[in-house]
Amino acid sequence: MSLFKVFDIASSSMSAQSIRLNTTASNLANAESVSGSPETAYRAKQPVFAAMLKGLYPSDNASVGVQVTNIVESQEPLPMRYSPEHPLANEEGYIYMPNVNPVDEMVNMISASRSYQNSVEVVNTSKQMLMATLRMGQ
Amino acid sequence: MPLSLDSYLGSLPQALQLRAKRTELLASNLANVDTPNFKARDIDFRAAMDKAHHNQLQLKATQSGHIQDPAASTGGVPVQFRVPNQPALDGNTVNAETEKSQFSENAVQYQATLHFLSSKFSSLKATLKGE
Repeated sequence: MSLFKVFDIASSSMSAQSIRLNTTASNLANAESVSGSPETAYRAKQPVFAAMLKGLYPSDNASVGVQVTNIVESQEPLPMRYSPEHPLANEEGYIYMPNVNPVDEMVNMISASRSYQNSVEVVNTSKQMLMATLRMGQ
Repeated sequence: MPLSLDSYLGSLPQALQLRAKRTELLASNLANVDTPNFKARDIDFRAAMDKAHHNQLQLKATQSGHIQDPAASTGGVPVQFRVPNQPALDGNTVNAETEKSQFSENAVQYQATLHFLSSKFSSLKATLKGE
């Protein structure tokens, strides 16, 4: 019964989008976490989405869910700020800011929440269709 | 005259199955709206219904080693890629608005088919009761 597969597909999408929301929340929360060296500085994290080509149903290549294969850290250069009075400043008086772009993160947040809402809608519609099927002939 | 339930229902059961399959495909497209390099897919419903009407011969797999017809679950027509009108830079061709409207349309058509099927059973019941 393929309508049940829709639930699996939609739930894979919802969990992937909630991971994306989690990384966005983490990035925004750490947008001001300064550090004394580039190695320890916070870097923006982004999830990598991939289609579940062999995951959900190996015999059926039509139902493709989505999964998060990896979470990568942004390799953009860290902004340095000269503030010698800061307790974490290095010998030259610089502190390292995270390379989080709050505008990017807000866009990611809206995109993730819209996709999540789409999946919820898909689940609700499929549930109505299934319930109508169960009532067939009555 | 013996009544065959299969011929009485016509092509409605196949239509319902195809609609359910298409729901699954469109849900896959919507789930992968943010996946890089994902290509949106759909089936040609009219071609699938034509095939169902003409009742063409299909491959039968009786053992696990037999070749499976890849289009068996979609009524004998292959799943095709959607022609993108504005593909994204990351190689994704899912247009969320198109998919959403197609999903709603498909859901309504599913309910309509279900309604027709239901009324077939109701009229059969009414005939049997003879009231």
